[in-house]
Amino acid sequence: MSDFPQPAAVKPAEQGRLTRLWSSDFAWAFRHSPVAICSMAVVMLLVLAAVFAPLIAPHDPFNPATLNLMNGFTAPGTPNAFTGEQFWLGTDDQGRDVFSTILYGLRISLFVGFAAVLLALVIGVTLGLIAGYVGGWPETIIMRSADVQLTFPSILVALLIFGVAKGFTPVEYRDQVAIWVLIVAIGLSDWVQFARVVRGATLVEKNKEYVQAARLIGRTGPAIMLRHILPNVLSPVLVIATISLALAIIAEATLSFLGVGAPPTQPSLGNLIRIGQGFLFSGEWWILLFPACTLLALALSVNLMGDWLRDALNPRLK
Amino acid sequence: MSLVSIKSLTRVFDVSKPWLNRVIERLPKRFLTAVSDVSFEIEERSVYALVGESGSGKSTIGKMVVGLLKPSQGTVQIDGVDLMRASDAEIDRIRSDIQMIFQDPFASLNPRWRVRDIIVEPVAARGGKTEGLAEKLLEQVGLSPLDAGKFPHEFSGGQRQRICVARALASEPKLIVCDEPTSALDVSVQAQVLNLMSDLRDEFGLTYLFISHDLTVVQHMADRIGVLYLGRLVEEAAPGDLFDAPLHPYTRMLIEAAPKMDGYGREVVPPTGEIPDPINPPNGCAYHPRCPLAIRRCSAERPVLEQTGTRRVACFRAGELV
Amino acid sequence: MNTPVLQLDALSVEIPTRHGVLKPVDAVSWDIAKGEILGVVGESGAGKSMTGNAVIGLLDRPARISGGQVLLNGKRIDNLTPAEMRKVRGRQIGMVFQDPLTSLNPLLTIGDQLSETIDAHLHLGRAAARQRAIAALDEVGIPAAKDRIDSYPFEFSGGMRQRVVIALALCAEPSLVIADEPTTALDVSVQAQIIALLKRICRDRGAAVMLVTHDMGVIAETADRVAVMYAGRLAEIGPVAQVLGAPRHPYTHGLMGATPLASKGRSRLAQIPGAMPRLAALPKGCAFHPRCPKAQNRCTVDPRPTVADGAGRVACWFPMGAP
Repeated sequence: MSDFPQPAAVKPAEQGRLTRLWSSDFAWAFRHSPVAICSMAVVMLLVLAAVFAPLIAPHDPFNPATLNLMNGFTAPGTPNAFTGEQFWLGTDDQGRDVFSTILYGLRISLFVGFAAVLLALVIGVTLGLIAGYVGGWPETIIMRSADVQLTFPSILVALLIFGVAKGFTPVEYRDQVAIWVLIVAIGLSDWVQFARVVRGATLVEKNKEYVQAARLIGRTGPAIMLRHILPNVLSPVLVIATISLALAIIAEATLSFLGVGAPPTQPSLGNLIRIGQGFLFSGEWWILLFPACTLLALALSVNLMGDWLRDALNPRLK
Repeated sequence: MSLVSIKSLTRVFDVSKPWLNRVIERLPKRFLTAVSDVSFEIEERSVYALVGESGSGKSTIGKMVVGLLKPSQGTVQIDGVDLMRASDAEIDRIRSDIQMIFQDPFASLNPRWRVRDIIVEPVAARGGKTEGLAEKLLEQVGLSPLDAGKFPHEFSGGQRQRICVARALASEPKLIVCDEPTSALDVSVQAQVLNLMSDLRDEFGLTYLFISHDLTVVQHMADRIGVLYLGRLVEEAAPGDLFDAPLHPYTRMLIEAAPKMDGYGREVVPPTGEIPDPINPPNGCAYHPRCPLAIRRCSAERPVLEQTGTRRVACFRAGELV
Repeated sequence: MNTPVLQLDALSVEIPTRHGVLKPVDAVSWDIAKGEILGVVGESGAGKSMTGNAVIGLLDRPARISGGQVLLNGKRIDNLTPAEMRKVRGRQIGMVFQDPLTSLNPLLTIGDQLSETIDAHLHLGRAAARQRAIAALDEVGIPAAKDRIDSYPFEFSGGMRQRVVIALALCAEPSLVIADEPTTALDVSVQAQIIALLKRICRDRGAAVMLVTHDMGVIAETADRVAVMYAGRLAEIGPVAQVLGAPRHPYTHGLMGATPLASKGRSRLAQIPGAMPRLAALPKGCAFHPRCPKAQNRCTVDPRPTVADGAGRVACWFPMGAP
């Protein structure tokens, strides 16, 4: 019964995931897009710098023992008048090496950013799937809650959560939990867009015949949602997650800048910018400029990657 | 012995506007009767075809037979098990005996799953053994076992439909409901898939409920044909009887209107009118507004499906010529 | 000698992709005379819709006409600027697409859409255009046209919508109508009505029709001549009774044999082995030879261009029924 022409050359019919990805149209588009390659390179560079911060940073900026107040306000590249030490990007008011503080600050920013987006993604995708597939009252409750939350600016929501958490935490532990509260605050303020997109995509997939075929053989709702629908609604989620990452990093910087984010013992880029802002017009420009540029580079690259990703995954633009 | 026994099957959809709209605009509830009092039986190892145009309810009946939709009234009995009244355990047992092949080969397969996983899912989901099953089934439907690791988008429409057939065979079913399985396929591919289905039926002793709008396909495949109009069964007969001497005026119109391959330059008098609105069906016989034989009785009383020999017709003037 | 309304002269369409250059239409030539209906038949991927799009200048980038000419009433139209082509479209060529739901703008009444088209091409002014529109709706069989002219597309059924689309295609009195699968989405009874309408109205107006479809029954009853396409090339063309009743090209022969009606009484349908090759992997020589029961050595090397054969043309070294 083989009336079908068999392929002449015996190609391995089953390619591993990586091989498939590399030879796909998607990877080809990536290799041919300078924007994608550059922004990916910048992001990778910053991520690696943050991960290996303890190894790269010439000084540990948060170890009081190594700090020398006399090193304060050293300009980039010039030796200090008192101690003769040189710092690539200068020092701040407390004598901390700006380069090292940026590396450590990057750690916090990236960690908070990734974790917050992950939280928002998990909550949003789950609620979106349930709303789309189950419908009825669960859908109404979820989507109306989303609508209500959207009427508040996300920063306010984050501030609210922060304030509530602060009220519940005893003073001694505040600094320790600050990072986690930050993650939860940003994550909870961001889930709505994931839920909306996933709900829309779920509604489309739900009516397709492969879902009916799965229902036919008796698969339960959660099994269908998880194993059949979820893999098919992930590509817009990926795009949103990337752009959300940039926004989360900036949100974290904003909150830290406002003084409610990362504690002074674990400063993030936002704190550094806040500190530097005070000295901008008194001549020590480097304390603000370098952290700000790093934040700009990070957010911009992530945004550009997200933009490219959205165009690359959009079948209609081909 | 009939494998499938459908009695007085009815399905009504509530298509009313949302409650708020109805209150404000003072509208009544609206109901769409997709299937109305349909009864038929399918013998084991035979092919029963349901034929009709859009709005005839054939797809809805297909879905009720496999359990995707619950009937509003009536019973669906498969192999002695009443789908509405049986216990969950009994229904579970019978689930693997019923399978379905859908119309759209592109949407019937999950694009993110490998073909192997798609095919064995009916068995794997119930904890059965799946070693080598996909490869064996692929060979049976005329594809290469090496295709098991590929993804659906690597196949053409006809090949995907074969994969759907393989999936339908995985749980060794007794009944396969085919909802327009070849409507989206080209003529030459359709021939291959239909031949495949015929061969498999002979080999495995399958029973098919074949739903289609294409009379030529139905004439070739079916042992028995049921003609549907606006959710009602209007005629049922063997293919030879149906096409040589249709009794119901609608069947006659359908056969006459279908394009003929050798009708060069044929000037057809096209049928008049259109299918009525299923939310407000005509009184009495649903076909009477378009029927050349209509009499007063047709608009008052709905004709009942009556047996004449081996056939059944629902018409007061069945068999009469204009 | 009357100039044919439409003349395709070795028309070719190319699509550059990262896998190479694909040729969905390869050196296709035919013409359609005034008042004649040419059916273009072929399976998915044969290139029939692409040919229609090329004629009307609606090829999606990066597809483009790479060779040959398209002549409308003797004048070339494949090399016009987009602005000039816009004037031709609608005024001289009318299009009927497959899906009546998406062919009509859901936000405009059909009266608006018709009047707009009539006014744009015939410059009659809105009031006169509206009268013409009502007359056009009457002609296609919309009951109570005067009342329904201000309805929206969603208020019509599928068959009625397709009638409106036909009215729209014909309202500016074009000399050529291209119908791309006009009845595929419709029920059998509605299909019969639309086919009768198309035949009558085109005969009355003397318009040439290019009817693209995969449904051979529709072609048999509607077309005067038939062109059969395979893998982007023209396999056979001729009067409908000849091509469908006594096909010369083995592909056409196989296709006719595979229809359920041809196998009446037999339990298995005659099938053509294999499948149409993908454009990226066309066989050398004749595209059909791997599946052809009559293939010989010559077929694997040289594709034969169409040669005159009786009242038609066929592209085969060993046509069926040859002495």
